[in-house]
Amino acid sequence: MSEGHAAMAAEPTWQGGGTPLAVGHKKLGMWLFIVSDTLTFSALLVAYSFVRAANDWPTPFHFYPSIVFSTVMTLVLLTSSLTMVYAVSAAHHGARRKAVKWLWWTALCGLTFVVLHGYEWFHLMHDEGMYPWTNPYGTPGFGATFFTITGLHMFHVITGVAYLGIIAVRYRRGRYLPEDVEVAGLYWHFVDLVWMFVFPMIYLLSTSVD
Amino acid sequence: MTEVQVSEEVAEYTEVHRHPEPKSFIWKYIFSVDHKVIGIQYLMLAVAAVFVGMFLSLLVRLRLVWPEESIPLLGQLFPIGAPDGVMTPEFYLAMLTMHGTIMVFMVLTTAPQGGFGNYFLPIQIGAADMAFPRLNMLSFWSTFVSFMLLLAAFFVEGGAPWSGWTGYPPLSAVPEATVQGFGQDLWVASIAVFCIASLLGALNFIVTTLDLRAKGLTMFRMPLTCWTWFVTAILGLLAFGVLLAAGVLLLMDRNVGTSFFVPGGLVISDKQIDHSGGSPILWQHLFWFFGHPEVYIAILPGMGVTSHILSTFARKTVFGYKAMVYAVLAIGFLGFVVWGHHMFVSGMSPYSAFVFSILTMCIGVPSAIKTFNWIGTMWGGKIRFTSPMLFSIGFVSLFVTGGISGIFLGQPTIDLFFHDTYFVVAHFHLIMGVAAIFGMFAGLIFWFPKMFGRMMDERLNKIHFWMTFVGVYAIFGPMHYLGMMPHPRRYAEITSVDYLEAMGAADLHLFITAAAILTILAQFLFLFNLIKSIFKGKECRDPNPWEATTLEWTISSPPPHDNFAGKVPHVYRGAYDFSLPGTKRDFAMQCNNDEAVFGSRPASSGD
Repeated sequence: MSEGHAAMAAEPTWQGGGTPLAVGHKKLGMWLFIVSDTLTFSALLVAYSFVRAANDWPTPFHFYPSIVFSTVMTLVLLTSSLTMVYAVSAAHHGARRKAVKWLWWTALCGLTFVVLHGYEWFHLMHDEGMYPWTNPYGTPGFGATFFTITGLHMFHVITGVAYLGIIAVRYRRGRYLPEDVEVAGLYWHFVDLVWMFVFPMIYLLSTSVD
Repeated sequence: MTEVQVSEEVAEYTEVHRHPEPKSFIWKYIFSVDHKVIGIQYLMLAVAAVFVGMFLSLLVRLRLVWPEESIPLLGQLFPIGAPDGVMTPEFYLAMLTMHGTIMVFMVLTTAPQGGFGNYFLPIQIGAADMAFPRLNMLSFWSTFVSFMLLLAAFFVEGGAPWSGWTGYPPLSAVPEATVQGFGQDLWVASIAVFCIASLLGALNFIVTTLDLRAKGLTMFRMPLTCWTWFVTAILGLLAFGVLLAAGVLLLMDRNVGTSFFVPGGLVISDKQIDHSGGSPILWQHLFWFFGHPEVYIAILPGMGVTSHILSTFARKTVFGYKAMVYAVLAIGFLGFVVWGHHMFVSGMSPYSAFVFSILTMCIGVPSAIKTFNWIGTMWGGKIRFTSPMLFSIGFVSLFVTGGISGIFLGQPTIDLFFHDTYFVVAHFHLIMGVAAIFGMFAGLIFWFPKMFGRMMDERLNKIHFWMTFVGVYAIFGPMHYLGMMPHPRRYAEITSVDYLEAMGAADLHLFITAAAILTILAQFLFLFNLIKSIFKGKECRDPNPWEATTLEWTISSPPPHDNFAGKVPHVYRGAYDFSLPGTKRDFAMQCNNDEAVFGSRPASSGD
């Protein structure tokens, strides 16, 4: 039309409305949520490191049951990430029933994790006498950081199981799109990834190598 | 099949933010998902909060000047905090704490971003609503709950907390340290809820800015207001998560018996506290990792509004538009790496202090770029001295005054002397409080005709501007001098401090209190003007009374439910094309193509 337009055409002009970086609203929103949640967990882990460095930190966890249990929990959670990948892949290939099946397997793994973790908490409280406010090993910060960080993570897993359930039901009924399954997958993998920091920092560093 | 599915997906995602207009009162005005209604709800919350906060500051000023005087009404309202109407020192601290908390969280954080951002970001980028309208509603109502929790702290046993808006432990973490208990819990709970609300809001703002821009609206054609809301949202997204974590830990310290922030061996009232192993410094790190970005969360939208208004009323394009954008990004980034300058006296390795100090000084560079660009924008312009313009120029003045004292405080050696004195009070009130509020005044008057279809009374606005402008300098100017005495902050009375009396602190305090009362009166003038203008102001049928260029001025006032009445706006140029050579009008709106602006004559457009 005019030179002005030619000059403007030289720079790629935003076409509006669609999805920049090929990322939809929900996916972008979930990524941003993950960024902010990362900051929250980082703050807690930094606080843990700070308190740990400032104190004479005990390493009381036994190989059995704590380490064995947490290792099994880690495996369960890793498996759930695998089944989640299958769910997302099936959804993108239009295999609705298959995707829903894998979603339920993922939720089941998450639930197993919560049950195992709950049992582990029960053991620590009941048998070892370790609570957020007191523990038999010395520094009170030990129990406080343990229960706060694993508790917040467990809260994320429980929320995630509910989230997966909603996605599974609504995706099966055709209310949700394959991308919604993928967005749920992002959340689930994130929760899994957080555990990959919690497991070594809270469990493995709290046992003494005999 | 796959291809059809994909296009359906895209259609669904672009349509997801559109919603039908609600009919019933509740869904239209209370639990509305319309960003414009939510924006006004945020503004109403902020106006309510600012008057509560201002009342508290008045009590603080009165206590400082007349510590023994009785205010009978106060005695009836707070029989314990102010027996017979005489405020106790603890009550003074509680008022101080609540003043700070309400102003920082419920006013400075909500109004510029949640209020103006919510209302005008989608319109300025040509969208029908925010990306997640229901999340937006959830953000507002969580903020509302947070505000109610905070106000409830006044009325529980023991009253409001006294640990300052920074909530430093052990005072905030050990219930035995203060007579009150539940007030502090409510305070922490309120902050935690506020964090969640702000996180959701920030997420929504970022997605909206990235995903919903109209055709042709590249990032570098966005109005600077949108840039500042965008960067503010990024800061909020990264900062509030950390405060949330800190708040959860503090709540646990208070109620579950953990010791994150409480050191061992603490003795309170001859009683050994059985906490041990924590560190109060940890709270300071977590708090200020949030707290410093928070300063920019408060001020950045004000900078955007100022840039926008200076350009509009100087009838000139923004001087150095890209430099302004990069300066905002630089300020946002640096805001995250300077938190240690709040902690120079808390005990810190001199090497760390050195690094924090250097990084703090670096903020001076983008700040100076912005200041000079503001002056460059006005330079040689045909300035129209409307009241939004006056408030924007006032913003620049306050930003410079408050910023320069920041350079003093950013140096560890000088800060050792000034820390916790009135010098700090003067500094952050000017730059974070008053400057940001000037940005809000400017924005409110500027956008008022768009929001309500009426004009505010310009004469009253100008009287209000001059009273406020002179008033705030009269309040906070002398505080620098108090700080140099050095007069410590947070002291409820100074009558028994000899050196302060000898240096005339009492007279200065009296002067400051008188100035504060006058300034507060001026705010009632503004409130009167605001309410009167909403209902009885001069009608404004012209969609573009200020002859501005951005998309909000292309639609009727107030805007229709879906903003552009079903049309899809198309943007052809940058946001500040004023006084282009060869044009009939002295401004070219963003939606005008070259043909509309220059007639048939070819010309290059500013971008």
